[in-house]
Amino acid sequence: MSAGFNDNEIISNVLKGNQAAYAELVEKYSSYVFSLCIKVVRSREDAEEIAQDVFVKAYKYLADFKGNSKFSTWLYTIANNTAISFLRKRKLNVASLDNEKVFETADMNAGHNQVIMAEQKSKANMVTKAINMLNPDDAAIINLFYKGEQTLEEIAMILGIETNTAKVRLHRARTRLKEKMETYFSHEVKDLN
Amino acid sequence: MDTNRIMEERLWEYIDGLSSAEEKTLIENLLQTQQEWEKKYNELLEVNSLLTSAELDAPSMRFTKNVMEEIAKQHIAPATKSYINKNIIWGIGIFFISLIVSALIYGFSQMDWSSGGSNTIADNLQKVDFSKIFNNTWVNAFFVVNIILGLFLLDAYLSNKKKKFRKEA
Repeated sequence: MSAGFNDNEIISNVLKGNQAAYAELVEKYSSYVFSLCIKVVRSREDAEEIAQDVFVKAYKYLADFKGNSKFSTWLYTIANNTAISFLRKRKLNVASLDNEKVFETADMNAGHNQVIMAEQKSKANMVTKAINMLNPDDAAIINLFYKGEQTLEEIAMILGIETNTAKVRLHRARTRLKEKMETYFSHEVKDLN
Repeated sequence: MDTNRIMEERLWEYIDGLSSAEEKTLIENLLQTQQEWEKKYNELLEVNSLLTSAELDAPSMRFTKNVMEEIAKQHIAPATKSYINKNIIWGIGIFFISLIVSALIYGFSQMDWSSGGSNTIADNLQKVDFSKIFNNTWVNAFFVVNIILGLFLLDAYLSNKKKKFRKEA
């Protein structure tokens, strides 16, 4: 996809005026950014709008990226901050959604893709559904660690917390996910074993 | 319950590859000798493999095209560092430091160091007649000149920043 170019080489090309090269970065990270946004805002339409905004912001301020961290870490920081600002603007409740009814509603609203997935009984779909039942903070940290390929130090940087706090939050998120899977997908888990 | 939580935490660190060499050996021993540990480990390993297999949500097919259309209207902003002139920052710094040093020198020169039995700094500071300092015409003139110079420096800094940004945008 990136024809042998790493992120820093692509960025250097873009900064030299090759705007089209930026499409490679968008292609490479769109799913990661979109997944992170959807875990926070719980709506496909809003997540797509935010993800687009994230890539536009990243382009505008690309000269400020000094390569001290991975480009993905820098991009996820923008994504996380943009998604949270969006929620604040909308005055949505960012606080814990630890309420089973809310989980069910959020799950039902999670979009067309999830509806199709729910009809299938693969491991991946079951986990995606269970992650969508978690509160946004837990879902985001799991997404960053497992899908965004970020280390605990990088997650701490993205979320603006201490590394130890990130470690505790990840542990807590996994415990909650396990509980969700045991509560809602116990039959599927048995079938899969 | 707490032991169970600690066991889970240690096992997650082991699975994530974050345990120290010593801890790793210890856990490997526990997994071989303790059934409870082995059971929990297999349980967590299954959750880990499920998490690794989870799929990413994908945006619409037009996503990249939409982004590229949007950025075509944008310009890359100059790096923050490039429009901050170091000389101006140094100038402002020197201005404030000279202001503080001058005030201190003048203040201490007003002190009567010979009188009184105690020589502590607090006592000496109490002897300074600050009303005298700020009633002095020369001191007031010095402060006014410095404030005006400071405002000039700030204005030069802001207009320079604005000009550079416009030029590069």
